[in-house]
Amino acid sequence: METKIIEHSKAAELFIKDEKRTDWHNETLWFVREKRDKAAFQIPDWELLRETASQIKNNVLSNMHQYLIDFEANAKNNGIIVHWAADADEHNKIVHSIMEKHGVSQMVKSKSMLTEECHLNEYLTEKGIDVIDSDLGERIVQLRKEAPSHIVLPAIHLKKADVSETFHQFLGTEKGNNDPKYLTEAARHHLRDTFLTRKIALTGVNFAIAETGEFVVCTNEGNADMGVHLADVHIACMGFEKIIPQRKHLAVFLRLLARSATGQPITTYSSHFKKPGDGKEIHLVIVDNGRSTQLGREDFRSSLKCIRCGACMNTCPVYRRSGGHSYHNAVAGPIGSILAPNLDMAKNADLPFASTLCGSCTNVCPVKIDIHVQLYKWRQKLVKEGYAPKSKTLMMKGMSAVLSNPIIFNLAGKMGRFVLEKMPGLVSNGFNPWYKQREMPAPPEESFRAWYQKNSTASKDKNNEQ
Amino acid sequence: MSSKANILEKIKQNQPLSVSALPDLSFLGLENYENLDKYKTMLQSIGGDYVEVANYEAIIDFIKKNYNTEKRIITTLPELSQIAATDWANDDPHSLKNVELTIVKAHFGVAENGSLWVTDDLLGQRIAVFIPQYLAIVVKKDDMVTTMHQAYDRIGNQEYNFGTFIAGPSKTADIEQSLVLGAHGARGLIVFLMD
Ligand code: SF4
Repeated sequence: METKIIEHSKAAELFIKDEKRTDWHNETLWFVREKRDKAAFQIPDWELLRETASQIKNNVLSNMHQYLIDFEANAKNNGIIVHWAADADEHNKIVHSIMEKHGVSQMVKSKSMLTEECHLNEYLTEKGIDVIDSDLGERIVQLRKEAPSHIVLPAIHLKKADVSETFHQFLGTEKGNNDPKYLTEAARHHLRDTFLTRKIALTGVNFAIAETGEFVVCTNEGNADMGVHLADVHIACMGFEKIIPQRKHLAVFLRLLARSATGQPITTYSSHFKKPGDGKEIHLVIVDNGRSTQLGREDFRSSLKCIRCGACMNTCPVYRRSGGHSYHNAVAGPIGSILAPNLDMAKNADLPFASTLCGSCTNVCPVKIDIHVQLYKWRQKLVKEGYAPKSKTLMMKGMSAVLSNPIIFNLAGKMGRFVLEKMPGLVSNGFNPWYKQREMPAPPEESFRAWYQKNSTASKDKNNEQ
Repeated sequence: MSSKANILEKIKQNQPLSVSALPDLSFLGLENYENLDKYKTMLQSIGGDYVEVANYEAIIDFIKKNYNTEKRIITTLPELSQIAATDWANDDPHSLKNVELTIVKAHFGVAENGSLWVTDDLLGQRIAVFIPQYLAIVVKKDDMVTTMHQAYDRIGNQEYNFGTFIAGPSKTADIEQSLVLGAHGARGLIVFLMD
């Protein structure tokens, strides 16, 4: 499903055309951010908890090789079948081969951002496999043939009326009934049939424990467990960075994850899979897909500490007003913008620019990733390597021409003030990208340069007098 | 080279040169509250509810009064065999699709988040706590820990094939952030706090 990529700024422009809806989107996500704050404030040692999580993840990054070896050995000992995939394609092939081996052409899936990243659904569909997403939000967007717009809240961009319309069309619910309770109930019935008939269930992985070879999957809906315990085969897919050293470290991450994500004290289910049930199989696919490269980028490696809570998106002023789809990447928002260029610099060069660098993401991140610093560093790297997005390079080329020549700078300033004063429409028209959606400031009566020249001489004179 | 060897080799090359130390966890989880009181508050805040009971008779009475006993009720607790079936552990998991209420026991509860720790030796079948319309879990009032740190201290090296923390009924807020109980798992959770 390689659709043409629209640059973030262009996509955001389309998004904010509907002002009311933009406001609603903005407020809804801020509401989630506030719930996170409330939950965090109830833990007196919240900051120590974040620091501890960060240190555990630093340890994991520095000892990844050994932990993966230990994890695989222990998982195998537990009877789990372990696969390794270098990239998205190999991951998809492995999953498909397991389906083929069992002669099964239907799959029920719970949320896994990794499979979004690998475009597994498209791959399997092409092979004639019927895939049903069972997380309610994911099912909604799947029926609409959309991608999730948020890693925790996949359908956060939709209103009840949209969902109602979709369910009316596909599940035969009453037209115009927008009651979330009614709609959820309809999905419950629809998906129960799916759970009861699928022989293979796929889940993501939240944490994998090196010490014991078990892995943990967190959901609120119970969809991962419903799928897996009714199926014969459980396929779990994880990026290798999901490793944590010991069971006791789960305490730290389970305390942080749901509070950061939705403000809940813990998800409804935190399921620990250690051994397959009698007569069943668990397959675990460990995926690289660019992660080992990111591990080698000193400036960006800490992005691999991410536990996918979504807090950085909920708090981001740009995400809240541009929507997840504007990031054209499986993981949107601030963290997506530092993960995506690692996968493809040319395709994702616009994303690190989709930020005000306000640092709010860094402040809420439960594993203390310096997200806004990395966004800034990516900008420099992308420009240096010639990947800066077109809209930015044109403007910046102009800017650097002006900034590097004192005569033009002086003149440009004078012209600017003249134009702002006499013909503000000239500046705030469509030709000037900076003034889109922005109110024009009143022009200063005197330029800073002129002011400085006057005043610095004045103060020099004053100093001389003393 | 296989993908595994390749990936591991690349990770070895690219990971930081020196191993950074693991932090000390002993300064965490020092919250000081009355575990049982906190547990009750948290459980209700996440959509669950509780009943304090002195013994299994009290549970039987409560279930007779509050659930439709005509419908299918299953349990792993022999003490409740008067009101619930106990002979389903080896059945096809799909056959549990019409269960109205499952009653099991938990190892302990966690005060800070209202969750309960269960493992497959207590469940009869893994699906038994996810598939019913309603879920009831029995836990001793004394079996409460303060935070997740004490929870994992208590779990220690416990052997299990499958274990899960259950915190309230299944829920979703995927439609415009409106909270709805009963997404795919149990619609309601009642915890019997036993003396
Ligand atoms: S970067 Fe941090 S805040 Fe953002 S999703 Fe990952 S863990 Fe959460």
